[in-house]
Amino acid sequence: MHDDSKAKVSLSVHLRPLAFIAVLLLLWDIGIRRQPSHLLPTPWGVVGGLADLVRHGLLLKYVVASLFRVTWGFFLAVILAIPLGLMVGWHRRAEMAFNPILQILRPISPLAWIPIAILWFGVGDLSAIFLIFVGCFFPLMLTAIDAVQSVPAVYVHAGRNFGLGSTGLLVRVLYPAVVPRLIVGLRITLGIAWLVVVAAEMIAVSSGLGFLIVDARNAGNRYDLVVAGMVIIGVIGLFLDIGMRQIEKMKSFRWGYSED
Amino acid sequence: MSLTQPVSAPAAVAMKLSVEHLGVVFGRDGKSTPVLDDINLEVSEGEFICLLGPSGCGKSTLLNIMAGFLSPTSGRVRVDGEPVRAPDPRRVFVFQERGVFPWLTVEGNIGFGLFKLPRAEREERIAHYIRMVGLEGFEKTYPHELSGGMKQRLEVARALAVNPDMLLLDEPFGALDSITRLIMRGELLRIWEAERKTIIFVTHDIDEAVQLADRVVVMSARPATIQRIVPIDIPHPRDISSPRYLELRDGIFQQIGLAHKL
Repeated sequence: MHDDSKAKVSLSVHLRPLAFIAVLLLLWDIGIRRQPSHLLPTPWGVVGGLADLVRHGLLLKYVVASLFRVTWGFFLAVILAIPLGLMVGWHRRAEMAFNPILQILRPISPLAWIPIAILWFGVGDLSAIFLIFVGCFFPLMLTAIDAVQSVPAVYVHAGRNFGLGSTGLLVRVLYPAVVPRLIVGLRITLGIAWLVVVAAEMIAVSSGLGFLIVDARNAGNRYDLVVAGMVIIGVIGLFLDIGMRQIEKMKSFRWGYSED
Repeated sequence: MSLTQPVSAPAAVAMKLSVEHLGVVFGRDGKSTPVLDDINLEVSEGEFICLLGPSGCGKSTLLNIMAGFLSPTSGRVRVDGEPVRAPDPRRVFVFQERGVFPWLTVEGNIGFGLFKLPRAEREERIAHYIRMVGLEGFEKTYPHELSGGMKQRLEVARALAVNPDMLLLDEPFGALDSITRLIMRGELLRIWEAERKTIIFVTHDIDEAVQLADRVVVMSARPATIQRIVPIDIPHPRDISSPRYLELRDGIFQQIGLAHKL
């Protein structure tokens, strides 16, 4: 009896966000019906747009194209920025050398690189991947520098005290000590990558979800497709974030968040 | 009359550690601050020494130099006759708090320094020290699930597992509540009597020093010098209400310049 009511409560807690979304959709629908205008398509129009995309085989194709670019741009940024950032953070002198240029490059929006990307790589996947790479590289490097600098000295001392050399210290102390912060940085940066890919696809390529949005508007004001594209972007972004949070919850990484 | 008496270790017991004319000056923001001034100390094998002094007097700095984490400005520390230049698993430092690795389980922490041993021997040692510090049943537990006292026991076990000659403890029980602290002192004495390591124990707690040490090294405020070395000639287990205990404790209180009344 008690367990039953508990299960009901937790179910209603889980349903609450969905119910809220349903209410918003309903208000959206009512609003557009009462005041027919071209400000927005109706929710049903968007569903129709999605169905159109599926029928033409475009939905999967565009999603795969976008995810492909994000994966490569993000992956390249991770394998370059994190080792570099860890090295720079560990050596004080390197950090002093790198910091000014990082601080100058960091605030430049990745979108400002679009003309350069097209000049270097032409219109195509490479440009988009490059833009995502630029958008992810600086935040990741700064995360890595910060992560290694905030490793408490006691851990490094303890590692050296037990006779670890520099490789041992790196593998057995520094790496496990920085991982929790790195994972938070990775999650935030993957969100940035997903933002950048849409912008990059609007200009630098002719496929993907960003392209879908621009193309739907240019080729006949299909705002149902524009909003359908936005919805897909949002939902995929949500799933990427949920995926990264699952990694955070892994037992061996969780220590970093449960510290008081 | 000089308060610093040269106290030499009893004959026939090997000298473990000697501090010779040690001085440390920290340079910060262009100003140089003397921290330790002409420290001389000899510690014999298996001895339990407490370094006692007010907070911030430089006793932790002295311990860090003994461990090899810091270099002195002048003078030297020798262990077994050799000058200390770098950290070494033969003398293990037990940190004030949070020295255990939070990403490793109890087992993983105790086994941390045993990477050179074959697997079977490593596991045997881990099991031995888990029993010694009473953490049976917590082998797979992560430190954040342990209490403060258990974490401190874990750190002591991790240090003992590599079989060092010497333990350097930096206010190890400072963050614990007073009851747990008393229990931990008893545990440390029990372990010391079983293993007979040389122990250098930094504390600002006079009672703690008199309860634990063979000799209490009383240090002055910064720049720290050794004011006096007080041998504690009470056998363990010590009765902390015995006249001799109170006499020694009150002597140190007076030495430090504290009145009895608050």
